[in-house]
Amino acid sequence: AFPIVEREDISAVTFSLTVRHPLMAKAARPGQFVIVMSHAEGERIPLTIADFDAAAGTITLVIQAVGKSTREMQRLCQVGTSLHGIAGPLGIPTPIEASTRSGAPPTIVCVGGGLGVAPVYPQARAWHDAGARVMGVLGFRNRNLVFWENKFRDVCDELILCTDDGSAGTQGMVTDGLRLALEAHPETSEVIAIGPPVMMRACAEVTRPHGIRTSVSLNPIMVDGTGMCGGCRVRVGGEVKFACVDGPDFDAHLVDFDDLASRLRRYGEEEADAMAQWETVCRRA
Amino acid sequence: MAAKRTIRSIPQERTPVREQPPLERARNFVEVNLGYDASEAAREAQRCLFCADQPCVRGCPVSIDIPGFIRQICHEDHQGAYDTIARTNLLPAVCGRVCPQENQCEGVCTVGESLEPVAIGRLERYVGDLAIANDWARRPYISPTAYRVGIVGSGPAGMACAADLAKAGCQVTVFEALHLPGGVLRYGIPDFRLPGEVIDAEVANLEKLGVRFECNTVVGRLFTIEQMLEDLGFDAVFIGTGAGYPTMLGIPGDSLGGVLSANELLTRANLMQARDFPVHDTPIPLGKQVAVVGAGNTAMDAMRVCLRLGAEQVHCIYRRSRTEAPARAEEVHHAEQEGIEFHWLTNPVAVLDDGAGNVRAMRCVHMELGEPDDSGRRRPVPIPGSEFEFPCDQVVFAIGTNANPIIGQTSRLTLNRWGYLQTDDDLATSIDGVFAGGDIVTGAATVIEAMGAGRTAAAGIVRHLGIRD
Ligand SMILES: Cc1cc2nc3c(=O)[nH]c(=O)nc-3n(C[C@H](O)[C@H](O)[C@H](O)COP(=O)(O)OP(=O)(O)OC[C@H]3O[C@@H](n4cnc5c(N)ncnc54)[C@H](O)[C@@H]3O)c2cc1C
Ligand SMILES: Cc1cc2nc3c(=O)[nH]c(=O)nc-3n(C[C@H](O)[C@H](O)[C@H](O)COP(=O)(O)OP(=O)(O)OC[C@H]3O[C@@H](n4cnc5c(N)ncnc54)[C@H](O)[C@@H]3O)c2cc1C
Ligand code: SF4
Ligand code: SF4
Ligand code: FES
Ligand SMILES: [Mg+2]
Repeated sequence: AFPIVEREDISAVTFSLTVRHPLMAKAARPGQFVIVMSHAEGERIPLTIADFDAAAGTITLVIQAVGKSTREMQRLCQVGTSLHGIAGPLGIPTPIEASTRSGAPPTIVCVGGGLGVAPVYPQARAWHDAGARVMGVLGFRNRNLVFWENKFRDVCDELILCTDDGSAGTQGMVTDGLRLALEAHPETSEVIAIGPPVMMRACAEVTRPHGIRTSVSLNPIMVDGTGMCGGCRVRVGGEVKFACVDGPDFDAHLVDFDDLASRLRRYGEEEADAMAQWETVCRRA
Repeated sequence: MAAKRTIRSIPQERTPVREQPPLERARNFVEVNLGYDASEAAREAQRCLFCADQPCVRGCPVSIDIPGFIRQICHEDHQGAYDTIARTNLLPAVCGRVCPQENQCEGVCTVGESLEPVAIGRLERYVGDLAIANDWARRPYISPTAYRVGIVGSGPAGMACAADLAKAGCQVTVFEALHLPGGVLRYGIPDFRLPGEVIDAEVANLEKLGVRFECNTVVGRLFTIEQMLEDLGFDAVFIGTGAGYPTMLGIPGDSLGGVLSANELLTRANLMQARDFPVHDTPIPLGKQVAVVGAGNTAMDAMRVCLRLGAEQVHCIYRRSRTEAPARAEEVHHAEQEGIEFHWLTNPVAVLDDGAGNVRAMRCVHMELGEPDDSGRRRPVPIPGSEFEFPCDQVVFAIGTNANPIIGQTSRLTLNRWGYLQTDDDLATSIDGVFAGGDIVTGAATVIEAMGAGRTAAAGIVRHLGIRD
């Protein structure tokens, strides 16, 4: 069993779980994810490793309660309980290079939108540790949803906070923040954008005219996470890739986001049914 | 001694096996083939001629002493029959059910030259089931050694290797990426062909031999093969990770909603028990008109699962003819009985969109058989102008699998040009102390061949470690 040793409720719908797993904490690299099964009848769901601490032997997940499995986890996964299964770290780690071709330290812009803020953190930290200049661009709906600001400040040379309503940082979307960062730093060597598909696509369109390498972390529906089912296939540069073993990071300028968005809706009806049934059961309980 | 049996003296008809009626079973996940009872097994055992040249033994990839165990059934020495089989086959209850017997032991049985061959597989299953029910598993006295061996993958190759090494006194740990052990036996082959309890029983037998199973462990990612030897204290490693990476057809429309690989469908249905959605949380797509492309065991399993999930009609689309279909004969027969419609010499060229991102139909073309290809089978070629639309709302590809890339991505092991692990005759890989076998070496093959490879590698590991018995 995999014990939960810490939990933080970040907002009404977002929470973090810190799980003890010393081998995984040692093996984890930025860009990797795990597959979690919270109980024996549960589904296998992918979650990004949002933080890992080899010394403490723990990994941290930040989870948004959106449907049956994640809402059930929000309710049942408390400190002292265990996860039924957690497999990983999965996916190809993000390559972190200490210098650009010219030998100068690279400038990296890390963009996180909403829940994407958590998964982009290990990348920001790794680039920072490798000596890069790191610009953080974080977007939230409003100030109450802001989280991990201080963790980012520790590893970012500059941080641009954006909120939809202007209640914290500047008012606007992460794409506005990204534009500001690129104006200030035309030498930017790479942009890493993680968040909902629409946001990643929008970031790709911001960087495309500048020809800046942009990497996104794709989140198609997964089952095994080991390359065995093909459910996570995505189209990148006209080729079929399995996000769990060929990704999840891909070149944003080559990703077919329409394909991703339509495949993410595949089980919409079943997911709604599962949610409705679960809510009925919860109300009775 | 009784008079020598001859082809005229033995029961002429192969003893039929009881099966659930086709229309009933096509709606449930209970086992189709109910197996022989004691008198049926005894009768079928009477049909063996105990041939001096034993062609059946040579037809079996692990050379089970077939006449030997059948003779023991005749003498009602069932436990002896089990011991005879278990000398070479660790999983009789599994192989008796899933071996392609018609190409192996039964395909060369002498009786088969004039009558239906002896039902070797059914007899083997009968003995294997008795062994499970009575807990006859052989647990020899083991003299422990200090050697630790790590096994990667818990399919038949890994299980067989683990058993032999445990018996040789090694401390064996099996690492499995998924949350349950068994490999394809667990996630691929459905309960109506191989009930989960049979796999549970075989896993429990291994545990009784001292084998430890560590699930949720993706080797290569949680730790590498090299780290197993250098940091984790394993003296040798066996890799049996299978060939589970599914091929998509690469035709237009193959990422539409409703198009999936057979592996995905079967994993959802079997491993994740999506057939009980929403009691189990994993959803599964439910088509009314399902087209499954391919005609191997995987295709048959996918089709029959769809039928049981409630599809109105399930179709098999295959570019060659029935003769070339690679599935076990029994599976094709069962699928036909259950009402699957077969469309031989038909190939899909595109999956068509209903306008909302889901499948409306497939565009197919009729094929004819031309000159033989590399595999010796006649190559299917499209008949010009024969394209037609095939209405369906779900498409399942069961057209083969490749090597899983994770071990290749994360170790220095030498791969061949198709991505499979390169090994020598002892199944040793390019890294000293690391052995490999099963589908990850040969490409998709059979349960019994994977099991045999696991045993060959175990022998190689025993020699490598210098263990004597
Ligand atoms: C590589 C990767 C990393 C991810 N990291 C995180 C993370 O750090 N935090 C987080 O909260 N979420 C993350 N997700 C998404 C998360 O897996 C889904 O939100 C979760 O599975 C939803 O489950 P549910 O039953 O609660 O909701 P449902 O109602 O079942 O699903 C809601 C939506 O989530 C998506 N989804 C459903 N099942 C899956 C599945 N098995 N795999 C992927 N997506 C699915 C679908 O688009 C669906 O419409 C990640 C996804 C991937 C692929
Ligand atoms: C649907 C289907 C039906 C079939 N029907 C038949 C049949 O009727 N008769 C027959 O003889 N054969 C059949 N086969 C073929 C047969 O199942 C395989 O040849 C056999 O299972 C191969 O055994 P294996 O041990 O090499 O690998 P597998 O059974 O594939 O097991 C490999 C295991 O390794 C695990 N693994 C992979 N990578 C890692 C990693 N990095 N770390 C840890 N674990 C890992 C996998 O999760 C899996 O559990 C069928 C195959 C399928 C897919
Ligand atoms: S293991 Fe398979 S091939 Fe060998 S005797 Fe048994 S059924 Fe036949
Ligand atoms: S070939 Fe057939 S008849 Fe001869 S020994 Fe084998 S099973 Fe018996
Ligand atoms: S999740 Fe199954 S292949 Fe990627
Ligand atoms: Mg769900």
